[in-house]
Amino acid sequence: MLYYVFKRLLQAIPTLLIVITVSFFLMHMAPGGPFDGERQLPAEIEANLLATYHLDQPVWKQYLLYMGNLLQGDFGPSFRYKDFSVTELIMQGFPVSLELGLWAIGLALLIGMPLGIIAAIKRNSTVDYMVMGTALAGVAVPNFVIAPLLALVFGVLLAWLPVGGWNDGHWRNMVLPVVALSIQQIAYIARMMRASMIEVLGSQYIRTARAKGLAEHEVIWGHALRPALLPVASYLGPAIAGIITGSVVIEQIFGIPGIGRYFVQGALNRDYTLVMGTVVFYGALIVLVNLIVDLLYSALDPQIRYDN
Amino acid sequence: MLKQRALLGACITLGLLSTPLYADTLRISIMGEPASLDPHKISGTWENDVAGDLFEGLITEAADGERIPGVAESWEISDDGTVYTFHLRENARWSDGEPVSAEDFVFAFRRILNPATAADYAYLLYPVKNAEAVYTSEADPETLGIEALDDHTLQITLERSTPYFLDQLSHYTAYPVPRHVVEEHGDAWSRPGNMVSNGPFALERWQSQTRIEAVRNAHYHSHDDVALDRVIYFPIEERNTALNRFRAGEIDVARDFPTQQYGWLQDNLPDATQTAPFLGIYYFVVNSRDGHPTADPRVREALSLATRREVITEQILGTGEEPAYSFVPPGVSHYEPQQPEWVELSQDERMARASELMQDAGYGPDNPLELMLRYNTSEDHRRVSIALGAMWEPLGVEVDLYNSEVAVHYTDLRQGDFDVGRAGWIGDYNDAQNFLSLLESGVANNYGAYSNPEFDALMAQAADTQDLDERGEIMAQAERLALDDAAVLPIYYYVSRNLVNPALQGWENNIEDIHRSRWVSFED
Repeated sequence: MLYYVFKRLLQAIPTLLIVITVSFFLMHMAPGGPFDGERQLPAEIEANLLATYHLDQPVWKQYLLYMGNLLQGDFGPSFRYKDFSVTELIMQGFPVSLELGLWAIGLALLIGMPLGIIAAIKRNSTVDYMVMGTALAGVAVPNFVIAPLLALVFGVLLAWLPVGGWNDGHWRNMVLPVVALSIQQIAYIARMMRASMIEVLGSQYIRTARAKGLAEHEVIWGHALRPALLPVASYLGPAIAGIITGSVVIEQIFGIPGIGRYFVQGALNRDYTLVMGTVVFYGALIVLVNLIVDLLYSALDPQIRYDN
Repeated sequence: MLKQRALLGACITLGLLSTPLYADTLRISIMGEPASLDPHKISGTWENDVAGDLFEGLITEAADGERIPGVAESWEISDDGTVYTFHLRENARWSDGEPVSAEDFVFAFRRILNPATAADYAYLLYPVKNAEAVYTSEADPETLGIEALDDHTLQITLERSTPYFLDQLSHYTAYPVPRHVVEEHGDAWSRPGNMVSNGPFALERWQSQTRIEAVRNAHYHSHDDVALDRVIYFPIEERNTALNRFRAGEIDVARDFPTQQYGWLQDNLPDATQTAPFLGIYYFVVNSRDGHPTADPRVREALSLATRREVITEQILGTGEEPAYSFVPPGVSHYEPQQPEWVELSQDERMARASELMQDAGYGPDNPLELMLRYNTSEDHRRVSIALGAMWEPLGVEVDLYNSEVAVHYTDLRQGDFDVGRAGWIGDYNDAQNFLSLLESGVANNYGAYSNPEFDALMAQAADTQDLDERGEIMAQAERLALDDAAVLPIYYYVSRNLVNPALQGWENNIEDIHRSRWVSFED
């Protein structure tokens, strides 16, 4: 088991290396630079800025320089947010995105799984159609529609909850963004749970269990649930990585200081170091979360073992 | 006795309850996260909102934007307009109680012009003697034209007479920085905990992307006149979020609001919705480089004639902007904006004249003119660009629209890869020269590469003219020349947009949209 974890982590190194290299060169190939904007700076000012950030050197040299710093754990300075290093920006933003994301994914599991199970058991009934219809709507309506609607209704009109801001993670500030973030996940999880539950319920060993005369709840909880969770678990890997690295839309709309916005802002501002920092961080996180999910697999399915 | 105490307690409690706790806190949404709070490392208007509350230059802004004495109490200007001698307030202090000395200004000017500081905006101080040479390391920092004659007397020498220089001294590039703190903490001096400033407010807390909190600076020379105890700045990029938070009462001032909501706001929050003329021009650059059809002034004039500004501002945008026929916006001091002579014509007459010009230039329905129009990503820019295409169509112009994000857009403009391109300019200071210099030959922001020796000569003459009104008249001649050449296509003058809690006093609209919290208070 430990050997397996070690091996997987080792395999992650070339993966990350490729991700970093490709992103680095793609980004430098994009037209426009960090100091191109509405105002053209006088030539000597621009030259000095480029030199300060080593952008006057050939790209391959910049790459080596970047990799050298990265190996020492230095993500470099942000070109845009000059009072903070990229490491600091990520370390300030990530806990916020993580907290929000975990709540959202927790809520999604708490609601989505039971809904999917109920729909599967009551297949083709009114309950099933209602649950699946709602889930379909949940998938179809994008969160840039849901979020402002929630803010308008519960924040502005009813004034029950704050419209925006983080307020050091006060629960009242968290309700709307967590709900907005989880709605699509609830829908996905419910649909996935239903499909996989239906498949499992149709399998041979469930028929055997029923033939033994087990009560329906024992069949569901004791035999069907664990295998039915497998597809949900494999979906959770990328979903968690995606959700805890922040949602640009939700963070913008509710004014939350997570790291989601850095992906887009960094790219638009050509803030090379910030873009690279988030890419490396996101890449490493995906590798890690996928590993955890694979380990979870073995707990869910006895056929999967990582001993060798 | 006990009863009396209880009564007293009740009175105090009631007193506290009757004045809301938040009454002395101003909550304001700014348009983005500041790049820094170090005045030498910023370049955005939202950063100015914060920096201008934390710091004060030799000159500062009144509530209406007028320039008034700041750290300098009084000053003398030499007859040739090149030597300024400032007398600093004896009671000017940093927020840690240390005196603000003339030496702090010398230190600050040398620091922003030091190439190692990598200040984007260092060039705003180029009027100071040797500033450019110091920046490019051709001269020693000691040769910079700024000198502390004693602790409270500062002398600044300019390269040449610069009439707008006093105005510029209120800009954040000319703020003092606390030498004793910068030398102690280096680049980290502007972080919360380290930062010391000399303005009406002092930094207490900065939570990246969330809020910046500043409290009244007890050491500020006029702190008795400051009504607010605390200012909280919320960086909110999404205009709709700012609007929602304003409606929910979470903020008192929203700097800017979504333009699409203008109608709704006028109907529902008329007392809070503030729009006012702003020192900025929205225009389209026309490429005057050889090989482009727009190098022909007849084509440029025809395009300008066929551009119906009123339709753009009223029907397409409908957000309160004023149609522009001049390049310099109205309201600039010592200046009367010019207009092309055809402004008097009716739209039909303009179109007739435009068709004639196009024919003369060799274009018409049989020989259509294909133009490459570039704009940067924005719904409004897209709509205006499409409208221009439709307005020019009767002249036999076929417009190809090219859209790109802002960094790419301006790179393309700079490289001259366009015929017509969207641009905007917000004045750095309240002076016509700041706009007209964009049309001087070889200037970096002259994207269309317009070049007219006569125009350049007039601008040079204006630069050497001491009398402000006379100087304004010379620049007006230059603008008239450029407009007759249709050097650019002005579309509209920007307006400033703010949502302001009606209970707020001391908020005055002004052409630069500068609002210092020092002047603001809540109604009792």
